[in-house]
Amino acid sequence: MVVRRLFGATGYRTVKNGVWGDHPIFSMVLGICSALAITNKVENAIAMGASVAFVLVATSLIISPLRALIPLRVRIITYMIVISSFVIIVDKFLKAFYPDISEAIGPYVGLIITNCIIMGRAEAFYIQNKVSHSVLDALANGIGYSYTLVGIAIVRELLGFGTLLGIRVMPGGWTNWVVMSMAPGAFFLLGIFLWITRTAAEIEPARRGS
Amino acid sequence: MTQLLTISIAAILTHNIALTYLLGMCPFISLSRSLKTAFGMGIAVIFVVTLTAAINWPIYHLILVPTGSELIYYIVFIIVIAASVQLVEMLMERFFPPLQASFGIFLPLITVNCAVLAVSLFMILRKYTYIATLSFAIGSAVGWILAIVIVAAINEKLNLIGDIPKGLKGPGIVMIIAGILSLAFLGFGGMVRIQ
Repeated sequence: MVVRRLFGATGYRTVKNGVWGDHPIFSMVLGICSALAITNKVENAIAMGASVAFVLVATSLIISPLRALIPLRVRIITYMIVISSFVIIVDKFLKAFYPDISEAIGPYVGLIITNCIIMGRAEAFYIQNKVSHSVLDALANGIGYSYTLVGIAIVRELLGFGTLLGIRVMPGGWTNWVVMSMAPGAFFLLGIFLWITRTAAEIEPARRGS
Repeated sequence: MTQLLTISIAAILTHNIALTYLLGMCPFISLSRSLKTAFGMGIAVIFVVTLTAAINWPIYHLILVPTGSELIYYIVFIIVIAASVQLVEMLMERFFPPLQASFGIFLPLITVNCAVLAVSLFMILRKYTYIATLSFAIGSAVGWILAIVIVAAINEKLNLIGDIPKGLKGPGIVMIIAGILSLAFLGFGGMVRIQ
């Protein structure tokens, strides 16, 4: 295992938990507002995944070194101020370089602040662990979150618009499933994704035991 | 007057904040197991959404815009939300202890309910006036209660029957119920129009 050799045993466990074991969406069902709302196109999902990953890493880089200095009573408001500062940076970056995407995902960029994943990881991990592990955890959770978003978005864009990243892939006679590009499609698809991954997670320990 | 009514009805039915904009879903998963807790959370949300929108609008238009510091409005809004939640909690504890006992436990959770921040962001984005903001905030909160109460009621009955596939139990089935409900709410589309 390349990952295990690179990061050592604790690092390996951190990465594995973020990407599969304690997966932010499937296992803990956090941050699903954005997972549902912006997954109608793949490019929006990539932008959202990258934004959340950036905010996670940046927050871990601030919170983790300062963990001894942050008073216990005001820690939640501290996380919020740190997170919203980075969200402002992301918002301005998207507005400046990708105005189309910024227009499409609109207020959902601002809502990264209330995305429970970042607050949850800050409270559960960064406030207790050293910087290198925190950054690793942030990266793993960012990747875990992003691939889920992109996965859902691929299915929705393919069925809802017949395209992938704006390029037509479905044959000419394909009729778009309009419902997939709207809110109900997002609910159904996330429900089915949760069903599949939870069933898979049930089977996995049994296989390891045999 | 008609415009205000249109804004509220649109926020409740055609542009429901939970079922169309998919916001405030985290409490949906954890609280929709029983009708009673869902309703308690809903009442707390109405309170906080209206209060924060009423405070955030003057702060944005009378302080941030004249001083040219719109850049930091995310930080200001989230601090206002956290502070007003704290304030409501303290006031309730002091003056209405029975109320505090019935839905006080949901108050700290509201700070991270995306619906609250979303209402404040939408009011800036759509350039509402102060009165329009208030009717939009109340409408959104009522729409959110409507959605969570219906989902919780269906979920409660489904759990009594208890014939749900194992992997779909919990969050999975809530998503499917919300999907069907959202499909039903699409039927209201075209009733009213907002910009």
